[in-house]
Amino acid sequence: MTAINAHILTLLLITPLLGAALIAILPSRGRILQWAALAVTTLSLLFTLHLPVHYDYAASGFQFVVNIPWLATPNVHYHLGVDGLSLWLVVLAGLLAPVGVLVSWNSINARAKEFYIIFLILQTAMLGVFLSLDLLLYYGFWELTLVPMALLIAVFGRTERRRAAALKYFLYTFLSSALFLAAIIWLYARTGTFDYLELTSHPIPASCHALWLASLAFLVAFAVKVPIVPLHGWISDAISEAPPAAAMVLAGKLGLYSILRFSLGVFPAQSAHIAPLLVALGAIGIVYGACLALAQNDLRKLIAFSIVSHLGFCVLGIFSLTRTGLDGGVYQILNHGLSGAALFLLVGFLYERYAVTDLRDLGGLAKSLPWLATCFVITSLTLIGLPILNGFVGEFLSLSGTFAVHPRWTILATLGVVLGAAYMLWTVQRIFYGSPGVAVQHADPAHDLETREHLALWPLLVLMLVLGVASPIFLRAIDQFSALILKGGR
Amino acid sequence: MSFTVLRILPELALVLGGVLVMLIEPLLAPACSRRALGWLASAATIASAAAALLQLHIPAGTAFYGMIQVDAFSVFFHLVISAVLLVTLLSAIDYFDDGTVRHAGEFFALTLFAATGMMLMTSAAELLMVFIGLEISSIATYVLAGYRKSSLASVESALKYFLLGSFATAFFLYGIALAFGATGSTSFSGIASGLAHSQMPLLAAAALGLILVGLAFKVSAAPFHVWTPDVYQGAPTPVVGFMSTAPKAAVFAVLIRIAYTAFPALGHRSAAIFWILAVASMFTGNLCALLQRDVKRMLAYSAIAHAGYILAAYTALGPDAIAPICFYTAAYAAMNAGAFAALTQASGTAESNSTSLSDIDEFAGLASQRPVLAAALSLFLLSLIGLPFTAGFLGKFYVFSAALHAGHLWLVVLGLVNSGIACVYYLRLLLALYSPAPASRAAILRGKPARLALTLALSLCAAAVLLLGLAPTHVQHLAARAAATSLTTQ
Repeated sequence: MTAINAHILTLLLITPLLGAALIAILPSRGRILQWAALAVTTLSLLFTLHLPVHYDYAASGFQFVVNIPWLATPNVHYHLGVDGLSLWLVVLAGLLAPVGVLVSWNSINARAKEFYIIFLILQTAMLGVFLSLDLLLYYGFWELTLVPMALLIAVFGRTERRRAAALKYFLYTFLSSALFLAAIIWLYARTGTFDYLELTSHPIPASCHALWLASLAFLVAFAVKVPIVPLHGWISDAISEAPPAAAMVLAGKLGLYSILRFSLGVFPAQSAHIAPLLVALGAIGIVYGACLALAQNDLRKLIAFSIVSHLGFCVLGIFSLTRTGLDGGVYQILNHGLSGAALFLLVGFLYERYAVTDLRDLGGLAKSLPWLATCFVITSLTLIGLPILNGFVGEFLSLSGTFAVHPRWTILATLGVVLGAAYMLWTVQRIFYGSPGVAVQHADPAHDLETREHLALWPLLVLMLVLGVASPIFLRAIDQFSALILKGGR
Repeated sequence: MSFTVLRILPELALVLGGVLVMLIEPLLAPACSRRALGWLASAATIASAAAALLQLHIPAGTAFYGMIQVDAFSVFFHLVISAVLLVTLLSAIDYFDDGTVRHAGEFFALTLFAATGMMLMTSAAELLMVFIGLEISSIATYVLAGYRKSSLASVESALKYFLLGSFATAFFLYGIALAFGATGSTSFSGIASGLAHSQMPLLAAAALGLILVGLAFKVSAAPFHVWTPDVYQGAPTPVVGFMSTAPKAAVFAVLIRIAYTAFPALGHRSAAIFWILAVASMFTGNLCALLQRDVKRMLAYSAIAHAGYILAAYTALGPDAIAPICFYTAAYAAMNAGAFAALTQASGTAESNSTSLSDIDEFAGLASQRPVLAAALSLFLLSLIGLPFTAGFLGKFYVFSAALHAGHLWLVVLGLVNSGIACVYYLRLLLALYSPAPASRAAILRGKPARLALTLALSLCAAAVLLLGLAPTHVQHLAARAAATSLTTQ
């Protein structure tokens, strides 16, 4: 078992890449590629499940560590590890991969080979972001997520505007990453190391002013990726173009994880200073996103703005810098990953049936698609934050953690909860009840969810319930991380 | 003194190969394929590279009365030049093999002679030798640029290159004369010692300025770049791959010798000049490239920008700058030569007008017709963007670290912002490759089946880009050794 523990992270990173190579040489006949991709991603999911099973919840710090020198100048190590923060995020990333394959099963037919190759490379890059403990290695994976994502949007996007959307996404993220890289180079020049543990254990020998600039460069790069209002300009176009498998992983996790790991970890003092501003931005984002979502007629755009709104809770919780708030913030990342993915699946299934995203063209679907309607309602209820479902736990922890330090912003954020309920329920009403819309009348009578679709959806729905009622299982590791980060250590 | 011949062995191998090719060419029937000559020239190149490696094992020293100096530094650049030469020859073997261009043998011979001149420049120990090398290489390159004799653009390209090139050479020659006037010597070490007692500091500064003007023209640094786009657009694609990399490598080597060996006393002045040249080149190159529709013109501006990145390292006065420059030159050679080899393969033989690809939109759909070629071109573009795990990233990292060490924070920030701008146009081409093509163009895009020589050239470049990005230790060692020896003059 120790042999597996020592190599499990490398195995995790390499499996999707080998899968991509395998798919490159397979013939694109029938559903061979889809089956191969499903097999590879399921295998990768099984590997990620190894982590929580063998994770030592009593110990703190990083586990399953691999640390091999890679380059001499600059001093880069192949340094991977998992702690309470990344543990469940890695599992989530592992889970979303087979789900992404299932949702693309029928919708991606032309150029399926390229799709699955790019998708698997993206999977490796995302896992690499969560696992890297060497700043330069991390930056490598961070940048590596951009190109596959931009390609998925540009090539497999929905409408003619896909290339523009992809370029916009890439520009936002790459330009902010350029300053991030400048900060990384500067940090290396100051400390002579990229190692996360070394960076966090010693104070950085630099002037206060320079540290501020560097921490801002880090934070802006991450905030664009989350996105945090007012840096959210790319998201509505990217989300409305991206294929569901890419949209599921487009926002949220990577940026928020990076804030927690590197902004709070490497620049604790600066982050604490700027935290009130970010709490405010988080609260504003919650309300602003919800208001924009209320005004949309396009389902994809509505979801894009609801994402901005929901990620606000994560930002709020994280920058409350209280233990409860941090727990809630991290928990909310997991929730968002699950419920956002479920929502994109459902919207993808709807689109496969009616080929519209305008809410005015839908309506009255509950009668013909009872299963789809049920799943949609459950997902909506999580997003609203109904107790016993996961959304409640995350929002409650975030808000109660923040209330202790920033009561006014918390009150504003709570207003967002009400607005969130309003637009989600209204959406449910507009899609599933009322008189059938134009698209529904003219389409062939649609069939309800098929086995493949059930298979993709139910794990997510079940997990929503599990995360809602059995939160201590997950919070145990997360809380350990929160406690450590508040102590000023890693 | 028994090493004298050994010290010009790489050049001898090339010249012998070139002469042999020229002797055999007229003996062949006009209809006879010239492929064998290409392979002969390639063999001479490999022999030359082997001879350069052999030079690592003989003591470093001068030959021909101090005219040339062979050390790890010259060997490094010899290897870079011979690698580029090999790629050029291999991609030209198929390129000229359609009967429309006669005398392909001349092409191979001229390329060999041009490379001989460049190699002499890198091992020159005094300015007149540099001048001779420069002339040998330039005159051959002028002819090469006009090689498609039936094409107006090609002839225009050659004429422009020739007129402006001779003009720049004149500046260089004036610089040598003034340097001799100011210091009483034309050898690098003589100039350095002469400067110490020189009564005419202004004259020496003027000499340095004129020499830099001449050399900045050759590396197409702004504001001496105006010739580049027109020449690159008109010249045959394999020739562009050659002249955008090999002569630049040679001139960068000469610049190192001049800045660090001959004129270290004027270091602060040359650093200011390099700062301006670097920033001007980066901005001119990247901003103009944004506006281009023609891929070769776009890559011409990108070459200007990359010259700017390399020049940024020259602002560092210490020996720290030399190894990064060497590394970046090698990385740039690999990715740019690779990109042009891929373009050569994409545009088919000899660029007859009906099948050539020049506009970005004409590349749409290349990935679906020729996935391997598109993947290779994507790799080179990603490396030019500077994405981690490729040669371009580490190159940029070293160069900007060197500039940062020298205290040029703003230069680094501007440089990284520029690499953000640059990604727009590279990405536009990349996205075009993967977008769907009109069915009418499928046959054109499919082109002729890939031939052995071109495939070999592409794989060489791809391997080099990945090697320099993932396992650069050996090249780094060689670059460090080159840096160490370049400062010890004999």
